[in-house]
Amino acid sequence: MQLGFLVDLHLCMGCKGCEIACKVENEVPLSTWRLRVKYVDVGTFPETKRTFTPLRCNHCENAPCERICPVSALHYLDNGIVNIDKERCIGCAGCVMACPYGAIYIDPQTQTADKCTYCAHRIASSMMPACVVACPVQANIFGDLDDPTSNISKYIQVNQGNVQVRKPEKGTNPHHYYVGGGNVTLNPLASHRVDGHQLFNNITTLPVGGHH
Amino acid sequence: MAAHEILAATNAVVTLDVALPGTVWPWLVTVNMWAKSIGTGVIFMLFLLIRKHPEQVGGNLRFSTTVVSIIFIHIFLLFTLADLHQPFRMWHIFFYPHLSSAITIGAWMATAFVGLLFLLAFLSFIKKDNAAFDKTLTWVTILAIPVTLYTAALMSQCTARELWQMPTESAQMIFAALLSGSATMILLGGKKLNYEAKNTLAVVLGLSAFMSFTLYMAEYIFGPMKAEEVAAVLEYIKGDGPYTVMFWLGQWITYLLPMLLIVLSRASKSENILKLAAILALAGLWLVKHVWLMIPQLLPMS
Repeated sequence: MQLGFLVDLHLCMGCKGCEIACKVENEVPLSTWRLRVKYVDVGTFPETKRTFTPLRCNHCENAPCERICPVSALHYLDNGIVNIDKERCIGCAGCVMACPYGAIYIDPQTQTADKCTYCAHRIASSMMPACVVACPVQANIFGDLDDPTSNISKYIQVNQGNVQVRKPEKGTNPHHYYVGGGNVTLNPLASHRVDGHQLFNNITTLPVGGHH
Repeated sequence: MAAHEILAATNAVVTLDVALPGTVWPWLVTVNMWAKSIGTGVIFMLFLLIRKHPEQVGGNLRFSTTVVSIIFIHIFLLFTLADLHQPFRMWHIFFYPHLSSAITIGAWMATAFVGLLFLLAFLSFIKKDNAAFDKTLTWVTILAIPVTLYTAALMSQCTARELWQMPTESAQMIFAALLSGSATMILLGGKKLNYEAKNTLAVVLGLSAFMSFTLYMAEYIFGPMKAEEVAAVLEYIKGDGPYTVMFWLGQWITYLLPMLLIVLSRASKSENILKLAAILALAGLWLVKHVWLMIPQLLPMS
């Protein structure tokens, strides 16, 4: 079994339901996110368009975070999920530095690394990840990539030629795919990030783990 | 923000996102690298001096060099520990080791290195056995090479930070150790070393400064031609980038001025000028290391 994720960006409407569901399900502390939806506006008025990109751990086949972790706190599960053992983590932040997707954070409460686990605890109980359940337009497709009859495998087959991963040049082989993505949505260097990009405040960076 | 080309027709701006994490590895890691360079560098230099100028290296210098190495390696270890978010779990590295991680291998090697340094101290201070010391020093010097290099391996394992490539970083680590080791020995040598021995150290200092500076300039000029991410990162030390001043200050203090001063000291046979070069190199190395540590962390990963 190889679990994977696919987000159809044609369907995503940026409601952030997945983001909230993840926060609630995993009790993700304030100032940290396992999953977030980034808005990027493209074009010049009046020819503009807003894109929405949910970003989470890519559960890479060749995960840099797993490789750099000195104590195997980050480890592969048999179903392909890159999981984390917070009791073992020493908080060296090597994984935060290694992850090319910015998907790992230091939990300010436990002072250990944390990230999306595809809701491994729910999977173990044969439930779907919280973000999948919350999505009102079924933009999140989750399933077994090794099973050709699974929804995700069929989706990938149907959309051949329009399935992307983030930063393929890093050689991480992500098990997280996008349909309808492009340079602007998947490449952080392809868009301006000006100060004050948040709607509600001007905070653009936060201290890692709440200190340093 | 990093400058990169965006076509007007596809002008793209992030309009809503969460706050991104700030600096992950802060100045504590800079001190870590700086202190380790000195701790291993003085061992390299002691080995060199014993081979090249054996008559100049007495028991005192053997012991004082070992003590300096012990002090700086412990500064390195202390700051490594201080940087951990769960420092009391450090023992996990020894009981739940993950051997693909440069952090694990580095921690083990550094531990063995510390043990051997204390053995050297015992041989020089308690037993006063120079022959046994020199024999042990050979193995300590050999171990000092991977201890110096493992941080380069660690940086290279940071897949997210394209700037840090193993070939360049490993060379930079070795040059940093040679530079800081020779500078420390010039200061430590005092009257114990004659002009010839100090001249040998000055040559090492000058050459390592030259090589290190050349590598930085090569990355500065040619790095952006290879990768979009490297180009974006190097923008932070170009123009009015946030680290431009510190970068050039570091290059001048660590490399250019010491090289110039070494030439002057050789011409005038002035040991004071040589000492000034050594002090500048040691102080500047912190700046150089800090800039290179910080700039890749400024780039948004997502």
